[in-house]
Amino acid sequence: MAIEQFKVQHDEQDGVVLTSEQKQNRRARNIAIGVAVALLVGLFYVVTIVKLSGAVAHSAG
Amino acid sequence: MSDASFVIEESRAPRVPVAAPSDYFALLKPRVMSLVIFTALAGILMAPTPPHPVIGFASLLAIAVGAGASGALNMWYESDIDAIMSRTKRRPIPAGRLSREEALAFGLVLSFLAVLTLGLVANWLAAGLLAFTIFFYVVIYTMWLKRSTPLNIVIGGAAGALPPIVGFAAAAGEVSLSSFVLFAIIFMWTPPHFWSLALLKSDDYGRAGVPMLPNVAGPDRTRLEIMLYALALAPIGVLPYAMGFASLAYGLISSVCGIGLAACAVATYREREGEAAKHAARRLFWFSIIYLFTLFLVLVVERVLHLTAFTS
Repeated sequence: MAIEQFKVQHDEQDGVVLTSEQKQNRRARNIAIGVAVALLVGLFYVVTIVKLSGAVAHSAG
Repeated sequence: MSDASFVIEESRAPRVPVAAPSDYFALLKPRVMSLVIFTALAGILMAPTPPHPVIGFASLLAIAVGAGASGALNMWYESDIDAIMSRTKRRPIPAGRLSREEALAFGLVLSFLAVLTLGLVANWLAAGLLAFTIFFYVVIYTMWLKRSTPLNIVIGGAAGALPPIVGFAAAAGEVSLSSFVLFAIIFMWTPPHFWSLALLKSDDYGRAGVPMLPNVAGPDRTRLEIMLYALALAPIGVLPYAMGFASLAYGLISSVCGIGLAACAVATYREREGEAAKHAARRLFWFSIIYLFTLFLVLVVERVLHLTAFTS
């Protein structure tokens, strides 16, 4: 038990400690990636609808 | 001993990413990207039957991201000389906000996504041309020509001139003479634009070891070349009207702008000493931006007006 406590404390001390600016930038990067992926998904969805509707209209006509 | 162990410890330390999204955005060279968007849009609108607005927008986005990816890969490769030049030393890599590896990964991923998206959204001819543009800019221009010949921007300028051809191919599924004329305008515009900047920043380029024309052949020879390219560009700028795919208004505006550009180039050739020479080169640099912007703006506006009248 004591060894485990020591190990946890030791890991916490050795781990990378981010500054508040680094944490802020990491959060901003994560949001930017999320927004970019969402936009890409949305773009492909809309493009698919447009291409499909064109093909359907063409085959119906 | 303690110094050596310190170095080893430092190199083992994990690198904490510190970049903000704005640093990644700066890697895309937004100002160059805006020019690419504009010229590619002209290419898209030049197609006989412009695509559905959504397809056109998605194609333009893919071309813009491809151009941005080229910029990121350029900054990855050139971080050593960027750190030396005053104009570029505040870029994300020399400023220490991004590592070279991060820039390389970002550029490669965006290149792949841009080409794939353009292929799926538009067609594979356009995607192939976009991939070639990225390859030409990164490998032919950045890695090979830039540090080896004073003709770097003459030949390398082809990469910057390709977006109208890519845009036209995305919209029409083929290449055409009209898109080659737009290519020719940007291709001939590039040397006087960049050499006027090189005249002002020749010390910077000299320190970085980049063989720009003023450093290799001297400022006088550069001024002569600038004048010759500008005089050749002026009539080429009028070609869209002469060949019948732009209006008389474009013909008049491009003629006036061409005369203005030629006048600036002649002034740069004649003013060779002191502050007057710098002023002439600076004026040519800025006027060349206005020149290209105006020509493509007129082309875009009149195509939009034509399409609006056609559809209403």
